[in-house]
Amino acid sequence: MAAVKQTVEHVQSLERYKHGFVTDIEQDFAPKGLNADIVRFISGKKGEPEWMLEWRLGAFERWLALEEPDWAKVSFPRIDYQDSYYYAAPRAKEGPKSLDDVDPDLLETYKKLGIPLKEQEVLAGVVGAPRYAVDAVFDSVSVVTTFKKELAAAGVIFCSMSEAIREHPDLVRQYLGSVVPVSDNYFACLNSAVFSDGSFVYVPPGVRCPMELSTYFRINAENSGQFERTLIIADKGAYVSYLEGCTAPMRDENQLHAAVVELVALEDAEIKYSTVQNWYPGDPETGKGGIYNFVTKRADCRGDRSKVSWTQVETGSAITWKYPSCVLRGNGSSGEFYSIAITNGRQQADTGTKMIHLGADTRSRIISKGISAGRSSNTYRGLVSAHPKAKGARNFTQCDSLLIGKHCAAHTVPYVEARNGHTVFEHEATTTRLSEDQLFYARQRGLSEEEAVQLLVNGFVKDVLQELPMEFAVEAQKLVAISLEGSVG
Amino acid sequence: MLSVSNLHAAVDGKEILKGLSLEVPAGEVHAIMGPNGAGKSTLSYVLTGRDGYEVTEGSATLDGEDLLSLEPEERAAKGVFLSFQYPLEIPGVPALTFVRTALNAQRRARGEPEVTAPEFLKLVRARAGELKIDFDMLKRALNVGFSGGEKKRMEILQMAILQPRFLILDETDSGLDIDALKIVADGVNALRGPDRGMLVITHYQRLLDYIKPDRVHVLAGGRIVASGGPELALQLEREGYDRYARAA
Repeated sequence: MAAVKQTVEHVQSLERYKHGFVTDIEQDFAPKGLNADIVRFISGKKGEPEWMLEWRLGAFERWLALEEPDWAKVSFPRIDYQDSYYYAAPRAKEGPKSLDDVDPDLLETYKKLGIPLKEQEVLAGVVGAPRYAVDAVFDSVSVVTTFKKELAAAGVIFCSMSEAIREHPDLVRQYLGSVVPVSDNYFACLNSAVFSDGSFVYVPPGVRCPMELSTYFRINAENSGQFERTLIIADKGAYVSYLEGCTAPMRDENQLHAAVVELVALEDAEIKYSTVQNWYPGDPETGKGGIYNFVTKRADCRGDRSKVSWTQVETGSAITWKYPSCVLRGNGSSGEFYSIAITNGRQQADTGTKMIHLGADTRSRIISKGISAGRSSNTYRGLVSAHPKAKGARNFTQCDSLLIGKHCAAHTVPYVEARNGHTVFEHEATTTRLSEDQLFYARQRGLSEEEAVQLLVNGFVKDVLQELPMEFAVEAQKLVAISLEGSVG
Repeated sequence: MLSVSNLHAAVDGKEILKGLSLEVPAGEVHAIMGPNGAGKSTLSYVLTGRDGYEVTEGSATLDGEDLLSLEPEERAAKGVFLSFQYPLEIPGVPALTFVRTALNAQRRARGEPEVTAPEFLKLVRARAGELKIDFDMLKRALNVGFSGGEKKRMEILQMAILQPRFLILDETDSGLDIDALKIVADGVNALRGPDRGMLVITHYQRLLDYIKPDRVHVLAGGRIVASGGPELALQLEREGYDRYARAA
């Protein structure tokens, strides 16, 4: 709870600075609402070049002409886009040069979130210790990036998106929006106009990124949407594994989170992208508060034999609307999607993936485990399609749903399109209820009801958990337990 | 040890146990025999605390301690173990993980230290060998795809590892061929001891050739209607339950 209190105090301190945004360039908040001036404000605040501002304004123009989509199996009151803040930054005095320059309160907050940045650096010198490079995003500004030097020695660029726009404009211009076009969908378009920050990764040809890269997102300020923009490029023959963790403090008001993640894998490159998301799911009884997580994640397997693997553990958010996808453009490229989506209380999730086979001999694999408890609704929605040129395309889909209790719902909506006669698509789906018999059996052996649910659920999601990097798998396993607390009885 | 007195229990409002009384002293093995529908499985579920089995009257204690007010896992930690007639499949959870989680949960509940992984593996290897259980099988999801005999042997293995004080074997012989039955019976007999009590619930006398009971009780119509020595089982085998079913 201390973290929440601290957050509240932090927000209060921000509130004092919200006036007079035109004259006071020191202030941290753009006023509520969305118009072209806000877009200019955000761009100006970040010292962006003219081309970036034009790109944003173009996106904003297009967004005005788009309609909010309503095909997902979720329901929520209409979002008032004028009643939200689109830019909020912690009041750093100067841009931090190292961890020592970072506000200790912020570091403390991260520590509570379980990201020991400080420890990470200490560990850096220890042989064999697990190492992560962390780019932490606190509301809209990337606060600190560790391990930069070592990565730089390997030629890997890992920095905030704002920095990439300033320091590596050619790469950004070449790839930004090349996977998720500006007007791809309503929320991606909104993101393109107002995105605040995010991570940028470039791994040069033939380089295996020497450590796991990791970003923690946290939505902090009240009524501030978070619009990160992440772009990861693995050049020919490169490999990178990227971990994304998300969390947010408790709020009464729903907050919109509309991120865009673009992955580009060139010839023989491989990207592994893992997400553990435990944003505030809203009040379990009323559904009040909680994050609206409307995210566009897409990978372009642009080069031959390239490979992208998405692994996600979704336990939080009031509403999740998210389909990490792979465009399998290169011949022989492959895509994987491993997902655990847990809904409890009044949560709604409509999530899945798209595997779009464009090249010959492309492969994809989908393992989805949906768990619904409480009064929640959990939908798997997936598209597997093969283009006329995608001869020899193969897909295997396994889609399992587990129901806990009597008031939850699970839905499976698979779309399969094969436009040539040389594809093999397999789809398996099961829906089971966590059985009273199994629970009693485990309890008779000495497990408490909660331990029993945990064990049974962990058994159910095992296929996916083992795809996560070790440290994340442990965290995910705990999360599974936490998010199902009180789901039985 | 186990003391059951005037136990009445209902399922869905229907009374199944109608004043059952039973004493099993430490060190003894008692058999409960009876026709189908007599309430044999209900007795095992009531003693272990399954949801939906409502006790309306009477008491059940283990060494003087009330059992009926405890949660199923609390009874397990006190040493009550039920070998299921139909052991459950637990997908995705290796047998080793399941048993270790159970053992440590019980030890925590009793305020004992948890066993370490090497200690546990040593313990399991020894017991699995005795029960002729291939160690690799323990790495597979518990009971998933196991044969009837393998499932029953897994129950006995869990029993051997958890070392319960009071054992309830519910129709342990069902689905076993004669070789499997011998292995299972050897496993059970190895657990006999002066501090341990056992309740062997069975429909047929066959199991009692291998697990010799000290006392035999006939359960019919929700009550113990006759008790005697091992010879009672043989008599039942010859004459059937008709007499008792009518009496109930």
